Amino acid sequence: MLKDITLGQYVPGDSVLHRLDPRTKILLMVAYIVAVFLVKRIEVFPIIIIFTIAVTLLSRVRLSYIFKALKPMKLILPLMFLMNLFLIKTGDLLVEWWIFRIYKDGLINAVFIVLRLATLVTGTSLLTLTTTPIALTDGLEKLLTPLKIIKFPAHELAMMMTIALRFIPTLVEEADKIMKAQLARGADFESGNIIKRAKAMIPILIPLFVNSFRRADELAMAMESRCYHGGEGRTKMRVYSFKLIDLLAAIVMALLIASVILLNKYMPSIW
Amino acid sequence: MPIVVEKLTHTYMPNTDNEFVAVEDITLTINEGEFFGIIGHTGSGKSTFIQHLNGLMQPTSGSVTVDGFDMSDKKQRAKGRARVGMVFQYPDYQLFDSTVLDDVSFGPKNMGFAADEVKQRSLEAMRMVGLDPEVFAEKSPFELSGGEKRRAALAGIIAMRPKYLVLDEPMAGLDPSGRREILATINSLRDELKCTVIMVSHSMEDVAHSAERIAVMNDGKLYALGTPDEIFSKTNELISLGLDAPRTARLAQLLRERGCDVPEDIYTNERFVEWLKRRMKNA
Repeated sequence: MLKDITLGQYVPGDSVLHRLDPRTKILLMVAYIVAVFLVKRIEVFPIIIIFTIAVTLLSRVRLSYIFKALKPMKLILPLMFLMNLFLIKTGDLLVEWWIFRIYKDGLINAVFIVLRLATLVTGTSLLTLTTTPIALTDGLEKLLTPLKIIKFPAHELAMMMTIALRFIPTLVEEADKIMKAQLARGADFESGNIIKRAKAMIPILIPLFVNSFRRADELAMAMESRCYHGGEGRTKMRVYSFKLIDLLAAIVMALLIASVILLNKYMPSIW
Repeated sequence: MPIVVEKLTHTYMPNTDNEFVAVEDITLTINEGEFFGIIGHTGSGKSTFIQHLNGLMQPTSGSVTVDGFDMSDKKQRAKGRARVGMVFQYPDYQLFDSTVLDDVSFGPKNMGFAADEVKQRSLEAMRMVGLDPEVFAEKSPFELSGGEKRRAALAGIIAMRPKYLVLDEPMAGLDPSGRREILATINSLRDELKCTVIMVSHSMEDVAHSAERIAVMNDGKLYALGTPDEIFSKTNELISLGLDAPRTARLAQLLRERGCDVPEDIYTNERFVEWLKRRMKNA
């Protein structure tokens, strides 16, 4: 029933992207988002598209995984497109038919927003597709460590994320079992209006919560009995270090941002 | 009418890299009124198999019919499911309401009975599983002990008055006295309700005493099907499948290996003691 849920969509591989340090990848992803938002004119956008396609090919992740990441956008993308297309009423009038009027700015904005969203989702999903959840949280912890000066709980946050990720499959499996146990008692999750359906979830949610609290308690006990006392003085099994490819990747990203800024300013308009 | 299982096969995630055949080509009939035991090692497919009996899982191929209702058909499934009560291994997966009585009432309420009928059935079910309504009806199910929770979960199913009662590892994780109590409860329920009991276990001991017929599952397939006498005459074979043989059967086997003529059909304490008495009398 719930077996189809996949989280932590990591695809094992040995591409350049897989070998990058997780810290590099997190920082580069932030830089990538900045680059996408820096694009001010649609004529400049192809450089982002080319970069995104190049990196996707470099990751050697099957394209079907990328499409899977884009699938949740299948409603919002057309909606954004249509809203921009019809609601922006500046620029030259391009098409007029019955009550519909399409203006030049509307068309440009519609294309722009769709491209922006699609490239954002593709680029950021490459991070989770090529990085194990553990490496991701490790990297995040390392990056947030400087914030400890202002008492930011970097280690605790990373540990919480790790535990959460670890227990998602367990919870899914348990929800499935609880659902079956209640179905066997004649529970009906599929018919009725929205209020009735929401009410039908109670017999699933309560055992799920009760069991989760019990499990959290047991886990805390098990961690404490192995002398866990937070991140102080704790060493890592895997020590990450920046390598040459990390530097190269950073340079490529810097070039991308620089060219976006320059093209924004100096590229001749094609309109 | 019986439960008829024909050529049942269930494959998890078919046509993917993770394809896994959990149950393969099982054909058997569970007769009305019998105590049917299913034993098998962890991962032998017994849990997957029993979930087909009340339509919680659909066969990849083959069919399951309960009293003539085809469980693959959505409309007929509801009728079939009402006849097959399923008690899961862990009561924690099922108890949710604020009081034991409300929780036990969940099943009959879903079946659409009137409020007073629901209450009467639920109170009776509690009494049948040995939970005194006076004491337990208004308690929270989360305050109960492990054994009491199991009884409450059982009552939740009994209140629906199923014709077939499927129990998944009802004795797992209980101490010997708890196991005996649950087994006694199951037997008394069977006498009182005249229902068919289908009990799943990985331990032969659990089913040795009460089951009239036993199916042995191994690696998703039906390995053997027969009366306890037939099944337990193959104790050695069953041990090689990773099953725990009843202690008495193991003792008899050890005695046989040392040249003592213990008959093959001795696998319960009662029979062993009887045999020993007879033998001592003759000697």
